[in-house]
Amino acid sequence: MSAPLGISADYDVERVRRDFPLLRERAHGKPLVYLDSANTAQKPRAVIDAERDVYEHYYANVHRGVYEISARAERAFEGARATVQRFLNAAERREIVLVRGTTEAINLVAATYGRRRLGAGDEVLISAMEHHSNIVPWQMLCEQTGSRLNVAPITDSGEIELEELERRLGPRTKLLSLVHVSNALGTVNPAKQIVAMAHQRGVPVLLDGAQAAAHLPVDVQDLDCDFYCFSGHKLYGPSGIGVLYGKAALLEAMPPFHGGGDMIKSVSFEKTTYNDIPYKFEAGTPNIAGTIGLGAALEYVMGLGMERIAAHEAELLRYGTQLLREVPGVRLIGTARERAGVVSFVLEGVHPHDIGTVLDYEGIAIRTGHHCAQPVMERFGVPATARASLALYNTRAELDALASGLRKVRELFA
Amino acid sequence: MSDLQELYQEMILDHTRHPRNRGELPQANRRAEGFNPLCGDKATVYLSVEGDRVTDARFTGKGCSISTASASMMTDAIKGKTLDEARTLFEGFHALITGQATAADLGKLVVFSGVSEFPARVKCASLAWHTLKAALDGEATEVSTE
Repeated sequence: MSAPLGISADYDVERVRRDFPLLRERAHGKPLVYLDSANTAQKPRAVIDAERDVYEHYYANVHRGVYEISARAERAFEGARATVQRFLNAAERREIVLVRGTTEAINLVAATYGRRRLGAGDEVLISAMEHHSNIVPWQMLCEQTGSRLNVAPITDSGEIELEELERRLGPRTKLLSLVHVSNALGTVNPAKQIVAMAHQRGVPVLLDGAQAAAHLPVDVQDLDCDFYCFSGHKLYGPSGIGVLYGKAALLEAMPPFHGGGDMIKSVSFEKTTYNDIPYKFEAGTPNIAGTIGLGAALEYVMGLGMERIAAHEAELLRYGTQLLREVPGVRLIGTARERAGVVSFVLEGVHPHDIGTVLDYEGIAIRTGHHCAQPVMERFGVPATARASLALYNTRAELDALASGLRKVRELFA
Repeated sequence: MSDLQELYQEMILDHTRHPRNRGELPQANRRAEGFNPLCGDKATVYLSVEGDRVTDARFTGKGCSISTASASMMTDAIKGKTLDEARTLFEGFHALITGQATAADLGKLVVFSGVSEFPARVKCASLAWHTLKAALDGEATEVSTE
């Protein structure tokens, strides 16, 4: 990978941090230690500048204008779509549907592909480590169609039981919808292997990449998944913009999602002809600046190199996991062999909310609660966990601060 | 740490470590369940009411320091109170933790005044009290802090 920021082979995290203005902030008089990027990530200057540039120099609607700035806006907007295509290594640009985020992407597939393909007695297969956004849309679909939700179990370390998953891929399974990297446990699922397993039985696969895309190189052709989705805001881009990738043949066969402008070729009161993909799924004026900001975010991470980011974070994860294991009373939730991005834990005798409040006074921001994955909490017998999540800008010193903060928590509640 | 000590006062920490009145109350004739969807914490409040007076009160459920201490001190505070006095305490406590003025005599409960500086924790402190109110009003369904 090239190094446009002038970084040599070694990953210069201090230099990377200077690209993120917010990381200079302080909280309760202490330097901010931001360990909540799995919730939402901070933005590099390149993204902030790209969005401001749109509004200051060439903001106009896309796909409509005959004038110069509209053409510029459209070039930048469609250029961002091409950047997404490159980021995912999708075969075609028209396979990239721009949506509000992962949640909308899954709802889109449920409402279009799902409603067309699923009938009474059919099944959607998911796993026990899904985020609510990969559970509830399918429950709603099941209610509407009389189909069933089948939930594949996970082990005590937080891994999918592959043999059991395979056993559940039956003749009535119409879709396997699976998280690529778990937001609550950090588990990296063997997605390529699982996709091949499902395809052998003729079952298409949706991968929820909300937590994966920021941490691992994603190649949708290599994974051979049928759908892949992620959110911009967890990938250093704006909130309110995300991506649904779908294989062209599948997208072509799906009915539209929302009706309105831009998703049509022609409209009369007698008959409306829908637009080609991806526009068929993009009714209304899109998030123009957000899309261009997402493109800038993806250019930024590709400039650093996803492989190098993954290596930096893997090293931090090893270091942080070891540090936390050394804090008395800490129990890690999620100890899969392959993990990325997050360390979830509980501290004996102290509720995660109290951990979060005390750490906040040390300037440390972590997530506490059920992480929109209540069934995962249930599986591990805890009401909530504390979760520290890692990003390309985090450092060993920040993890040292976390460990010493946790020792203070223990002192206070001992 | 000064604000933090304001929140986690020694009396609150003591009730966290040694909650009073925790456990079911077999002879209870009022009971309500509460739920805080923000964190998943649950609480059940059991009351024995004779005439218009609360003669005994207990709670079950697991939660954070603030919610446990709040349930512990609440059950202490309402024992022997009339239903009206208990409702007045509810109103007063709610005003206290949301930073509003109150004329109610809250006694030891004023140690929760620091909660008003922590908006994210107000619901932790109020879970047991909302559940109490449901029990006092005889509502059968689960209440939520939302």
